Amino acid sequence: MMQRESLFNGVERARRGFWGRLSDFVARRRPVDDEIWELLEESLVESDMGVDLVLDLLGELRRWLPKRADQSLLWEALASRLESLLGDPVPLAPPGVPGEPVVYAVVGVNGSGKTTTIGKLAHRFKSEGLKVMLAAGDTFRAGAEEQLSIWARRSGASIVSHQPGADPAAVAFDAIQSALARGHEAVILDTAGRLHTRRNLMEELRKVLRVVAKALPGAPHETLLVLDATTGGNAIEQARQFGAACSVSGIVLTKLDGSARGGTVFRIRSELGIPIKLVGVGEGMGDLLDFRPADFVRALLRPALPSEGETR
Amino acid sequence: MSVMFSGLGDRLQEVFRRLRGKGRLTEKDVAAALREVRLALLEADVNYRVARDFVARIEDRAVGQEVLGSLTPAQQVVKIVHEELAALLGGTRARLAVAPKPPTVLMVVGLHGAGKTTVCGKLALMLKKEGRLPVLGALDTRRPAAGQQLKTLAASIGLQAYAAAPGTDPVEAVPAALTECRRLRGDYLLLDTAGRLHVDDDLMAELRAVKDAARPHEVLLVVDAMTGQDAVKVAEAFAGRIGLDGVVLTKLEGDTRGGAALSVKAVTGCPIKYVGVGEKLDALEPFHPDRMASRILGMGDVLTLIERAGETLEAERAAELERKLRQAEFTLEDFLDQLKQLRKMGGLEQLAGILPGVGRKDLLAQVREQDLARTEAIIRSMTPAERRDPAIIDGSRRRRIARGSGTDVQAVNRLLRSYGDARRLLRQLGGKDAGRRSGGRWF
Repeated sequence: MMQRESLFNGVERARRGFWGRLSDFVARRRPVDDEIWELLEESLVESDMGVDLVLDLLGELRRWLPKRADQSLLWEALASRLESLLGDPVPLAPPGVPGEPVVYAVVGVNGSGKTTTIGKLAHRFKSEGLKVMLAAGDTFRAGAEEQLSIWARRSGASIVSHQPGADPAAVAFDAIQSALARGHEAVILDTAGRLHTRRNLMEELRKVLRVVAKALPGAPHETLLVLDATTGGNAIEQARQFGAACSVSGIVLTKLDGSARGGTVFRIRSELGIPIKLVGVGEGMGDLLDFRPADFVRALLRPALPSEGETR
Repeated sequence: MSVMFSGLGDRLQEVFRRLRGKGRLTEKDVAAALREVRLALLEADVNYRVARDFVARIEDRAVGQEVLGSLTPAQQVVKIVHEELAALLGGTRARLAVAPKPPTVLMVVGLHGAGKTTVCGKLALMLKKEGRLPVLGALDTRRPAAGQQLKTLAASIGLQAYAAAPGTDPVEAVPAALTECRRLRGDYLLLDTAGRLHVDDDLMAELRAVKDAARPHEVLLVVDAMTGQDAVKVAEAFAGRIGLDGVVLTKLEGDTRGGAALSVKAVTGCPIKYVGVGEKLDALEPFHPDRMASRILGMGDVLTLIERAGETLEAERAAELERKLRQAEFTLEDFLDQLKQLRKMGGLEQLAGILPGVGRKDLLAQVREQDLARTEAIIRSMTPAERRDPAIIDGSRRRRIARGSGTDVQAVNRLLRSYGDARRLLRQLGGKDAGRRSGGRWF
């Protein structure tokens, strides 16, 4: 329940504006009319869902809904359609046992929040009493290794790092060897931010992950793509390209505590089939939550939905 | 400038091509085309309200006598869109402020991960190349190792950086940064601030306090070019609470749709001054709004191409290229030469975006590394007469060329088509008056 509230708070900040106007209509129990359709189009497009998907979705609902229908019908149909686009929740692979660590590779474009996500994930595993190894695989960006070390200290995780400019595959290899030897349950691999259009950098990433698989068959067990919720339609290209290069197993949607609503995940899940697993909702160590499709949709629509307990 | 807006350009060009095919236009035709324009803008991540207002402005002008009464209504629509697009992007290039008495203080602000620190490094390198002495000041006391990152960047380009201690109040670090800059006799002080969410009242108040303490001559908002609809809210919040003088767009080397550029300019009125086009510190370019508008509408950014060529090729080569571009004396040999030059200039993905006619996939394919060898083989299999005048290449010549180059007739056809597109476009660009420029089959 706490989780849900926290996500609500994040998404709720964004609701002022159109959602506010929409909820006025709801309060007035106005039947569905053109103005409501228009406001709905505007607010869904403004969630970065993508104009084509929004038009499809609303077109479908419009055909299905009787003229001047009761609003509650619209909200319920919309919520259930949005939820079905997000599919069933897929949980994060749990950490392994000593001697058989689970390896989490974290990838994404520059500035999406990889290192912060790793810090939060380390904190989560540590607070479950597990031994966590971080691999400082971003050997490119100035200060990246220092940033990860600070997160390691804060969370109490171990860290393996090399010199700036070192081969990231070697860092990953050493971290896994060390985790195997010292009985860690989780290895979290940081990687340098790279734009998905840079072919050589994507190739480098593929090589790192091949070395990871050599160090420990079956690894990485989870490849998480970190996406910034403020990113627009480009997020789909990121998911597509990273998915093709390194079989992404889940999305981490960060920066949901701003006013961005992260609507790109609907297309990522429904078109590319990649499940969203975690959401980042703040700068604190505990601000990384499991993604729950129903909660996400409710948070998106809540201001417009009839409040709970209210009779229909 | 990468392939920014190429998707938007393709869609708009398609709209205009259809419109032009109609001859006489009714209000309904114009309305349908403008609906497509609106969808194309939204698809490119332009903010909903910005796109709506933009289309409404065009509609106002287009349904008036300006268009329907004219002899060439489709071209009038294109002209209006071009003018409005250029206005929306911000007219001509805007430069950085210069203080009457040094140091000029620049302050860089933005969300987390937008690329503020890298932009500071890039601006510093640019100023250094202009013979200035910039000093960097890291006021991000929150993100782990942020000061370290700026110091490392500064050292890598032979400059000094002052970093406030982690966890301290950035406002209190401002006088120390200024003192350090004066001690080093720096004429620019570039202040890097912590990333923050525009909805975080406390942190926005802190940023305002930093600004009041530093009294910068210029506040630059750094925006990730891949930002979606939210760009408007971010820009409004920073403009409203802090006050902005300019915008730097980052991560433009990707396949960004670029809508954020239009949205941010529209809501803040602040010019986009620079764009970041790569991870290397020299990957910062001034932004030319008027050229970008032409790019979006498929006219190719010949000026940028020529400038870029001028930097890389010898001067007379560039002059020759410019003359050929302008006069459209553009043989298959030149075509091949241009493709090869493009590759040699490096950053092919960046350069492909400014080659005239980039909207056409075929043409782009010819530039691609793996296809270039084949393109060359085909052209080398032609006789000198064929290269000078491809019109004489009939079916049997095509078969011979295909055999000679180890390709097939389709490949030869594709190449000739790309060449024809490029040539046609160049001829339009060579025209002096706008009417002719927007003629041709592109619209």
